[in-house]
Amino acid sequence: METKLMKGNEALAEAAIQAGCDAYFGYPITPQSEVLEYLAREMPKHNRVCLQAESEVASINMVYGAAGAGFRVMTTSSSPGFSLMQEGVSYIAGAELPCLLVNVNRAGPGLGTIQPGQGDYFQAVKGGGHGDYKLIVLAPSSVQEMADFVFLGFDLAEKYRNPVLLLSDGAIGQMMEKVTFGHHEVHISEKPWATVGKPATRQRNYITSLHIRPEEMEKHNLRLEEKYQSIRENEVRYEETNTEDADYIFVAYGLSARICKKAMDLCRAQGLKVGLFRPITLFPFPYDALNKLADKVTMMMTMELNAGQMVEDVKLAVNGKIPVDFYGRMGGMIPTPEEIVHHFENVIHPTYAN
Amino acid sequence: MQTEEMILPETKVTELPAACSREEEYELVYQRPSTMVDTTMHYCPGCAHSLVHKLIMEVVQEMDIQEQTIGIAPVGCSVFAYDYMDIDMQEAAHGRAAAVATAVKRLMPQHYVFTYQGDGDLAAIGIAETIHAVNRGENILIVFMNNAVYGMTSGQMAPTTLTGMKTTTSPDGRQNEIYGAPMKIAELMAQLPGAYFVTRQAVNNAGAVRHTKKALLNAFKYQQQHKGTCFVEILANCPSNWKMTPLETSHFIDDEMMHAFPLGDIKVPKGDLKIF
Repeated sequence: METKLMKGNEALAEAAIQAGCDAYFGYPITPQSEVLEYLAREMPKHNRVCLQAESEVASINMVYGAAGAGFRVMTTSSSPGFSLMQEGVSYIAGAELPCLLVNVNRAGPGLGTIQPGQGDYFQAVKGGGHGDYKLIVLAPSSVQEMADFVFLGFDLAEKYRNPVLLLSDGAIGQMMEKVTFGHHEVHISEKPWATVGKPATRQRNYITSLHIRPEEMEKHNLRLEEKYQSIRENEVRYEETNTEDADYIFVAYGLSARICKKAMDLCRAQGLKVGLFRPITLFPFPYDALNKLADKVTMMMTMELNAGQMVEDVKLAVNGKIPVDFYGRMGGMIPTPEEIVHHFENVIHPTYAN
Repeated sequence: MQTEEMILPETKVTELPAACSREEEYELVYQRPSTMVDTTMHYCPGCAHSLVHKLIMEVVQEMDIQEQTIGIAPVGCSVFAYDYMDIDMQEAAHGRAAAVATAVKRLMPQHYVFTYQGDGDLAAIGIAETIHAVNRGENILIVFMNNAVYGMTSGQMAPTTLTGMKTTTSPDGRQNEIYGAPMKIAELMAQLPGAYFVTRQAVNNAGAVRHTKKALLNAFKYQQQHKGTCFVEILANCPSNWKMTPLETSHFIDDEMMHAFPLGDIKVPKGDLKIF
């Protein structure tokens, strides 16, 4: 076991090396360039491939090539760059290639700003590229999770032959915290489908997302859906804090969950029984767990650094049982816990508002 | 984990015609390379793709490198190249073959990696990936099929469409004032320091086919030496979209295309045997 003080982006990069990542392809963009810088320095020491591509379009297609040849491969970017990758992400999902993608979310739309945001939730979980596909989406909330989810992400990617996305944000990527390495296991699976050169003993392997006959394409779609269903049944992850006796639930992921935790403590100090529900997998989303919680509490409030995206999934989960409120900041602005508490009090006691 | 979708098309073995049935009386002088899949191709009659597929696979067979060769197919008519070439292949997104090939080669430097791309794929949407891969001197072979139109989408104007040439998107003929002049891609690639061997060939007559075969063979051999990118442009035809018979396309290549895109080696390593 080794504990270090590291930036989230650097912890992620170090974890990639320890998780047996064979290749990294990336393009500089704030606030995640440390990943490329770290790996440009460290990967050659391990005889691994690190290449700065000419664009995010190129880097995601390099990921496609490396994953198709059966190697553990990762790319990282931030919102505008990750948008550029969406075509390639769709191809990777269609061709069922395991790989790890990271979006250190900044605020948008457009060039936006380099400050943290969560405005890419829809893109991450609803399919940012074309066609019916799903990524497995993990939302780290600490520097430790930036590292842990790299190991988990690679394993899930290979288990399901599916791209995994770490949806982080500019604050988790840039902040420094202690992070512990050494307790992770690495499971690298066999990839008999990979294009490594065709020996006489087997048929040729090919990697493609093309199924030109509609009957075959639909069969492929249905098989993908079966896989996504299996992911929904087996891979839901979330964290509950103080939900046992709660009257109210804050729902938040990533950076927002950290702020909400403090806001929850402030509420509890005032006698308001607030609990926190933190989705860890955004796909598969913990619908069932939230639905069950809705039987026990009177109201939920979602907090996000966007105009209200995950709140739609929370409402789907709750299915009208109780009111679901939303509080969000945008543009890279980060709310204080007090601000969240203030909003919450206004919602539950509207007659006392201001 | 061979999925159901990936079961390969059934191969067909055509019976020998009666005239050849007494095999002992004949000497076998030509046959399909063992590295080609014995199947019916989807290409239009007279199209150069099938011929160039065969030339590449002949080289793979002659060098005995089937087990070490990875091909990257483009988006376009040759998107199905993996149905015909009996090697491991990846089908890249439109224009991105050079980026895909970069990763495959970097991770398996002892393998032979080639891309097979048309002019829309390589010269338009994929020009950035192509230029940067060549500039990095990736040890890959890029086979560039230049037939001056987008074939798969039914004959739209490409960056290589000849001046004045009518296509579905240049109904009055390509006007350079609007779209610029036809792009001389091989010449452009030769400017990049990472390019090791750059040539432009054709396949519209027997002599040209032999030259192209030699160029491809050389390119594969250079790849063994890890010297940089080999770029083989091949002037190809498109009878369906040019609205010509295959024979007419052959004359068109001689009479028109070769003026815009002169044949020959553009960049050849010093001391190596020149093709011409």
